[in-house]
Amino acid sequence: MSLPADPLVIADDVALSDSPGQTPPGPDVVVRGRRQLVFRRLRRRKGAMAALVLIVLLWVIAFVGPHIYEAITGWTYANQDFRAFLKPPSAEHWFGTTQIGSDVFAQTMRGLQKSLLIGLLVALISTGLAAIVGAFAGYLGGWTDKVLMWIVDLLLVIPSFLIIAILGREFRDAGWLVLVFLIAGFGWMITARIIRGMTLSLREREFVLAARYSGVGTVGIVFRHLIPNMSSLLIIDATIAVATAIIAESGLSYFGFGVQPPDISLGTLIAEGTRSAFTFPWLFMFAGGLLVLTTLAVSVFGDGLRDALDPNSQRAGGSK
Amino acid sequence: MTIQEQSTTQQAALGAPLLEVRDLTVEFAGEDGPVPAVRGLSYTLEPGEVLGIVGESGSGKSVSSLAVMGLLPGNATVRGSAKLRGEELVGRSDRDLARIRGRKVAMVFQDPLSALTPVYSIGDQIAETIQVHQGLSKQAATARAVELLDAVGIPNAVQRAKAYPHEFSGGMRQRVMIAMAIANDPDVLIADEPTTALDVTIQAQVLELLDTARQMTNAATIMITHDLGVVAGIADRIVVMYAGKAVESGPVGPVYADPRMPYTIGLLGSVPRLDRPGQSLTPIEGTPPNVAHLPTGCPFVTRCPVRIGICSEVEPALEETAGGGRRAACHRSEEIELGLIHGAPVFPPPAIAEVREEVPREQRDAVLEVEGLAKRFPITKGAVLRRRIGTITAVDGISFDIRQGEALGLVGESGCGKTTTIMQILDLTAPEEGTVRVLGKDVSGLNAGARKELRRDVQVVFQDPMASLDPRLPVGDIIDEPLRVFGMPAEQRRARVRELLQLVGLSPEHANRYPADFSGGQRQRIGIARALALEPKLLVLDEPVSALDVSIQAGVLNLLEDLKVRLGLSYLFVAHDLSVVRHIADRVAVMYLGRLVEVGSSDDVFERPTHPYTQALLSAVPIPDPVAERQRRRILVRGDLPSPANLPSGCRFRSRCPLYAELPADRQQKCIDVDPPLADHGGGTQESACHWAREVVVVPE
Amino acid sequence: MGRFLLRRLANYLVLILVATTLAYFVASVALNPRVRYEGRNPPPPPAVVEQQLTEYGVNDNDPLLGRYLDWMGGVLTGDFGKTVTGGDINGELGSRAMVSLRLLLVGSILGAIFGILVGVWSAIRQYRFTDRFFTAFSFFFIATPVFFTAVLLKFGALEVNEAAGTTLLYYTGYETPGLDAGFWGSVKDQVAHLILPSLSIALGLVALFSRYQRNAMLDVMGSDFLRTAQAKGLTRRRALYKHGLRTALIPMATLLAFSFGTMAVGATFTETIFGWHGMGEWLVESIRNNDINVTATVSLFTAVFILLSAFLSDVAYALLDPRVRVS
Repeated sequence: MSLPADPLVIADDVALSDSPGQTPPGPDVVVRGRRQLVFRRLRRRKGAMAALVLIVLLWVIAFVGPHIYEAITGWTYANQDFRAFLKPPSAEHWFGTTQIGSDVFAQTMRGLQKSLLIGLLVALISTGLAAIVGAFAGYLGGWTDKVLMWIVDLLLVIPSFLIIAILGREFRDAGWLVLVFLIAGFGWMITARIIRGMTLSLREREFVLAARYSGVGTVGIVFRHLIPNMSSLLIIDATIAVATAIIAESGLSYFGFGVQPPDISLGTLIAEGTRSAFTFPWLFMFAGGLLVLTTLAVSVFGDGLRDALDPNSQRAGGSK
Repeated sequence: MTIQEQSTTQQAALGAPLLEVRDLTVEFAGEDGPVPAVRGLSYTLEPGEVLGIVGESGSGKSVSSLAVMGLLPGNATVRGSAKLRGEELVGRSDRDLARIRGRKVAMVFQDPLSALTPVYSIGDQIAETIQVHQGLSKQAATARAVELLDAVGIPNAVQRAKAYPHEFSGGMRQRVMIAMAIANDPDVLIADEPTTALDVTIQAQVLELLDTARQMTNAATIMITHDLGVVAGIADRIVVMYAGKAVESGPVGPVYADPRMPYTIGLLGSVPRLDRPGQSLTPIEGTPPNVAHLPTGCPFVTRCPVRIGICSEVEPALEETAGGGRRAACHRSEEIELGLIHGAPVFPPPAIAEVREEVPREQRDAVLEVEGLAKRFPITKGAVLRRRIGTITAVDGISFDIRQGEALGLVGESGCGKTTTIMQILDLTAPEEGTVRVLGKDVSGLNAGARKELRRDVQVVFQDPMASLDPRLPVGDIIDEPLRVFGMPAEQRRARVRELLQLVGLSPEHANRYPADFSGGQRQRIGIARALALEPKLLVLDEPVSALDVSIQAGVLNLLEDLKVRLGLSYLFVAHDLSVVRHIADRVAVMYLGRLVEVGSSDDVFERPTHPYTQALLSAVPIPDPVAERQRRRILVRGDLPSPANLPSGCRFRSRCPLYAELPADRQQKCIDVDPPLADHGGGTQESACHWAREVVVVPE
Repeated sequence: MGRFLLRRLANYLVLILVATTLAYFVASVALNPRVRYEGRNPPPPPAVVEQQLTEYGVNDNDPLLGRYLDWMGGVLTGDFGKTVTGGDINGELGSRAMVSLRLLLVGSILGAIFGILVGVWSAIRQYRFTDRFFTAFSFFFIATPVFFTAVLLKFGALEVNEAAGTTLLYYTGYETPGLDAGFWGSVKDQVAHLILPSLSIALGLVALFSRYQRNAMLDVMGSDFLRTAQAKGLTRRRALYKHGLRTALIPMATLLAFSFGTMAVGATFTETIFGWHGMGEWLVESIRNNDINVTATVSLFTAVFILLSAFLSDVAYALLDPRVRVS
């Protein structure tokens, strides 16, 4: 059926869709660049735009907020107010205080910083790893593929929660960066499988064949042709990975296996707050609320981005 | 429907045409407001009549009939009127239309795999439409479904009714679709590109079946297609659509013989024809307009070679012209006659370089020599311990050569092994069996460096211009890539890219744009520019025009023809469309199930084919000329391609061979026992692999 | 079809073995049962410590491979070894497994059924209020960690109980200890305990499943075969239910396998928060207690559970999709 062609579909995902647009675009079309189209689409999604604004705001208050707060109230995450133990929110302590007089606002911001950083780093590492492993496995095939996919299967089966928990404890002194690598190391497999699947179809695509028959080597094809053509998926996946990583970190920290003192993350704050959530809700609610707000904003943005980048997307919303 | 309503509709039916479409408009909600897809289409369909609706992709031909059936998605707005025996269809509720769909108006869709529900058996799906309209019991409906399957030529109908869509071949699935469409004896049968995805011999079978189905049900038929040959063969009247509008209509014979709208003239002139090999193609410049941004005036104005002032101001209406119920939407339709305007052709023939002196073939160097090439794929089973349970023979010992400056057409239907053959050649690695020599060098003896060096001489142009260019790279970088790989300095590369773009008829400024900015024909030109970058001797062309609309295809074919002469290139031209091969190739090799069955010069093979398969193939190709087309005798091959894993003994073609069926038993025995080799059979210069080869003329002169 | 499933089953058995082995080795290398004795006052004699550790099969001075083979041999004969305090793992395993399975099964069945219903409904009402509502619902519960949902549910339960004036919903444990209320009384008691924990698991699943089901349904709604069904004379609605929904269920079979893994981890939080003495809680405790054998046992249980559901999803896939059945 000859419906009007979607210029975006032809522009980008022609390499990925099953039936590359049957309709050639109109005469000498240079309607708009692809990037512009994506932005237009995204701008029309109010939810996604609101989420984007929220994400930016969260970064700003996490990293700038504490300085302003200190200027106004004089409290930082490190010092304690010995005149105020377990006080509810007030003008002096916006989010209240803990049982040892620490300022909850300053601590929550400190925790938010860590959670945001962990989310971002994990997303970059795991998506990058997934792209490289998936693309090489799919393109090279044969033994490379078998070995890599066997590793993927294995990592999928082994109890990642257990391994991260044990190893996280083992490396507790090495700091939160180890945790980033652990979470990333167990978070790339499903994406790698998807990338591999896409590579399998991309590799038979004529533009890849054409490059191969003009003498381009494997590395050139993977980095110049394959990975760029899966960038929509990778961007979307990285977004989702941010949310997943933040949840994973807070979950591990909740049991004491994640971020270790003196580092603070939203997870550690929630873990401490849960015990007295009924009696002193401010210990729990602010950290929990910010956590949900962050992951929610990231997920909503990721979903909007998916729709804008790839209107024929088959993958469903949410995390993996 | 109450009795009263029924009688009023019956009254209205008297005198009203079977189907009357008036001012039908369809708009889709788009990024920048509504996008028109059909812009005021009108036609009538009389009982028993076959109406051909012809147009290129995006012309609105399919959308218009979906609109009549109420099958468009929710973002479409339909206006105007479509009356079935006087009963209005536009604007009716889904429930009302559901009673009409499948009972009075039935449809056959293009892609029968995606058009059938994957999870229900074929029998159940046919039975469903019977049950919905006739209220039969499940058993009765299933029994009727089996009868229908039998009627449309599905062997073993009882068992096959229990099979699922994915277990059928493309041609068989289309038969199923037709069985489903005729299940309730419809008054109108709408066939939407019913043979587009099919091979030519299967297309011939399906067209034959459609004709039978029409006679069985006496249904009037609307045939929607882009193929002017198909319409020429079966339609009584034709409507040519362009940019959502009918631009010419009338009885088929006069429209083909004496088209009055330049677009129709261009369309007819741009189709390569089996029966007119020497005739130059007249491409229509430019591309169909973007329906979202139509020019004022005539939508064809930017591409029309005989436009005048008024054309860009007033859009011409579809008005009567030339008598005999004909209409055309052109301000100058009265001036045009037989494709000429004031004695000059509307589309002047293009300038294509011509060969000056012809060196005899034997004295020219061989660019590519293939001897005894074979490729087999194992069929394995088991996850841990793989064991071989069979072999698929994709290519089975084929030999041919291509001389300098020569184009060899490799033709055959899908599954015959032509793609495997060219991939084997392009790999430049030692084949499983046989030898491949490029420019006299045996590829099996090459090391990595020499192989890379040889890649300069063998380049490829692929079928799908959408898929063959990396959408993420600007065109300049795409053409540049082979040059970069071979280490040409940046300065020279830029100059070379400019030169190449000009060579293929694009302008150097295009280098900074992305493939998405170009139309299909332009992209194919970019693909050709990339292939020419390293100044190859041999160009492998894998179905280079099959994904293009006819009006654009002609331009690319002309370019290829021109380049071949100017640069002294040799082509290995792989195609399933015999008319295209006829147009461009000097020699032809016909492939069937991994073997070459006939090889020879184009003239000999096309004019005096000796192998029954070649004859069947040629006779199945429709010719866009109603007079010639209707006088032809079709040689139909039976059934589907046998599985390459399980080939018949002796001659591979005998299971489908029309000649074999006529042979006396003693001669048949030879076909069963002895695998015929390629051999000269007298007459022409060609060789063919048939024990009983004889010349048959199947293409009218 | 039978062979296809058998092959998958064999593959899963190998994976279970590999996963358990890995868990055992990681736990053995990283966990140190010796610390249990270090803090004691007076310190126990080293020989006694050595002997006890060896008896429990967790002495790091014994060769690792030997300990592993001993433990694995025991597992194959149905003996999971001793806990770090010398308790019998087998006894505790049974009761804890029942506790976890009750939670996981109820949670997943509820989650899958409602997830599919909500997804289909959303797709059919795309961009209407219902769809927007469920989309917001899904995003919230996908973005919210289980431990947060669980605490919110507890808050909610407090309100409900206060409003009702009696304890309708329990949020600690899986039954009232020492309750003697007859068969129906104890069933009622257990259900009242089950509601909140199951909800905390099911809500996330409903959110996830409904998103996927909605997308699968939307894909199908634009498909050619649905158009054919309508062209045959089915109304849009009937074509959607008969041809669309049936086809859109196929991808859900694959999702089942993936989601159970997530759920098994989620149950760890649920059990800890609601005080259910199940497998998840045991895992967390065992890591904290440096209990190698329990850690490995729980890993084995999780692997079996995940792969069993993967196998079930293979079966469901084969039943739903005739294209798999044939090959």
